[in-house]
Amino acid sequence: MEFHRRGTSTCVFKEMPVVVSAAAVVGPREGKGPLGDLFDMVYSNTLFGESSWEKAESKMLRQAVDLALAKAKLDETQVDFLIAGDLLNQIISSAYMAREYDIPFLGIYGACATISEGMGLGSMLIAGRFARQVVVASSSHHDAAERQFRYPTEFGHQRPPTGQWTATAAGAVVLGAKGKGPRVEAVTIGRVQDLGVVEPNDMGSAMAPGFADTVWRHLQDMGRKPEDYDLVVSGDLGRVGSLIGRQLLRDKGIVIDEIHQDAGVMLYDPSPEVGSGGSGCGCVASVFSGKLWKELYNKQYERILVVATGALHSPTSCQQGESIPCVAHAVSIVSEE
Amino acid sequence: MTKANIREQEAYSAFLEDFRPKRPTLRNIVVAFLTGGLICTAGQGVLSCILSRGMPEKQAYVLTSSIMVFAGAFLTGLGVYDKLGSFAGMGAALPITGFANSVVSPAMEYKHEGFVLGVGARMFQVAGPVIVYATLTATIVSIIKLYVF
Amino acid sequence: MSIEEEYSGRRAGGDFVAYVKAFLVGGLLCAIAQAAMDLTKANPAIIMVSAVSAGAVLSGLGLYAPLVEIAGAGATIPLPGFGHTLVTGMLEDAAQWGPFGILTGGFKAVSAGLLSAVLFGYLMAVLFNPKG
Repeated sequence: MEFHRRGTSTCVFKEMPVVVSAAAVVGPREGKGPLGDLFDMVYSNTLFGESSWEKAESKMLRQAVDLALAKAKLDETQVDFLIAGDLLNQIISSAYMAREYDIPFLGIYGACATISEGMGLGSMLIAGRFARQVVVASSSHHDAAERQFRYPTEFGHQRPPTGQWTATAAGAVVLGAKGKGPRVEAVTIGRVQDLGVVEPNDMGSAMAPGFADTVWRHLQDMGRKPEDYDLVVSGDLGRVGSLIGRQLLRDKGIVIDEIHQDAGVMLYDPSPEVGSGGSGCGCVASVFSGKLWKELYNKQYERILVVATGALHSPTSCQQGESIPCVAHAVSIVSEE
Repeated sequence: MTKANIREQEAYSAFLEDFRPKRPTLRNIVVAFLTGGLICTAGQGVLSCILSRGMPEKQAYVLTSSIMVFAGAFLTGLGVYDKLGSFAGMGAALPITGFANSVVSPAMEYKHEGFVLGVGARMFQVAGPVIVYATLTATIVSIIKLYVF
Repeated sequence: MSIEEEYSGRRAGGDFVAYVKAFLVGGLLCAIAQAAMDLTKANPAIIMVSAVSAGAVLSGLGLYAPLVEIAGAGATIPLPGFGHTLVTGMLEDAAQWGPFGILTGGFKAVSAGLLSAVLFGYLMAVLFNPKG
């Protein structure tokens, strides 16, 4: 049997799965941000006409999947797997979204790294010829996450400048065995890193080592240099974590400063409320679906590396003073030849 | 081996020092002073108003607290107090209006979980510890005061 | 100048000074709490708990009553005032009924605050929804 692995942790696809379509749906604050015009749908309030934040999140995720399917001109019977995840307990937003579709469902949790974890798995399913089309989606809702991870939304408290703002956003991509669009060339699945950061208001610091390790491994495995990429997008280290991640890579002799951007920083205009930047499963998912996919489709880049980073803590683990385990997965995407 | 040992954790923690943005402590303190001061001045206004109607001082203080609790609760209901809190930090949280905010915010938030296990159970999520420790400390202080001195 | 006018004039002047004192003392208490939060990086709940306990201790040391004397609402509106009220209530009842008073006096003194919190808290939860 021929294996498609390279180095310590990278899967390389000989027949590259195609990112056929992508769609992003966001809340009002994200819609007013610098990328506001790029999203497929912007809600004007955070409840989206539902009675709870949780229902709103599920609706947003469903909306993103619907739009992505419509763009790819597919109906649900043509999709073999639906892979999705979110931030809420037992990934309920994804489960409630999935019950609306007649598609086999795989629920995953990778915190903010969910979308790249899903794209990695989806690409493997297609490359392994277990699927023709796979839908990958993830979402987060600021208010739903806030009350689960921190305080009730109406509780008045100050956020430290290292804090990150959970995005109200959802992104969905359709991966296919054939078709037009950018292609997934390789996926590097990261190892969980934990350098003892306990402060949930400082996730950038916690996630940066995972980011650096995965980028380093990817470049090693592929035998490449940062210059081989037009863009390295992390999601979501924030301003603080980006600086730390770049420095950690510089210590390993890799300089990405020129080509690195962070989805959490791209999504919002700077403000004390947003703090270090955006975060949440929907943040990098919506930035990729709303902005990067379109730019790849239009061949503005030859090759980009999307490195979504996830802080895998729970409210309970944080209250018990445990440190935050983090993971990052890299997906290398090339525009169509 | 990806969970760092203590030495690696300490090294990383030291490395992070250069990157962490400092909290705007001076700005926070000044804003907390001004906001907290204004809320207390408003409280004083309520108190003077009640006193001028001839209510005894002790009752007037109690009524003032009640009115301020109502004000904090109402502003939380209107969705204003969380913004004041993120602007002024302890300046908004320390006055009794902030205490009211900490009661109303979870009560509203958990309404969807029902009026018993949602509103009822969660109402004192933040205020509960305040009452518990206030009671414990006050009891110990009173016992010491009565029997030691 | 009639006695009445003189009286109201003094009241107005007295009120102004009282406002300034309330502003300064109330503001100062909040500023101290803010400084404690920023320097220790503790979460707001811990600072609120510490503040209310500190109020009880200061009251026991006999320092809080003079503060209330000076600043009025400036000392009773911030949370440490809640701790002070508890201690005062306990000691008052204890003076009257002996040690048993510690059990009865505390919540009697803060009853209005707690009752208002429960009552208005519930009312607002029924009337309003969180806006996020």
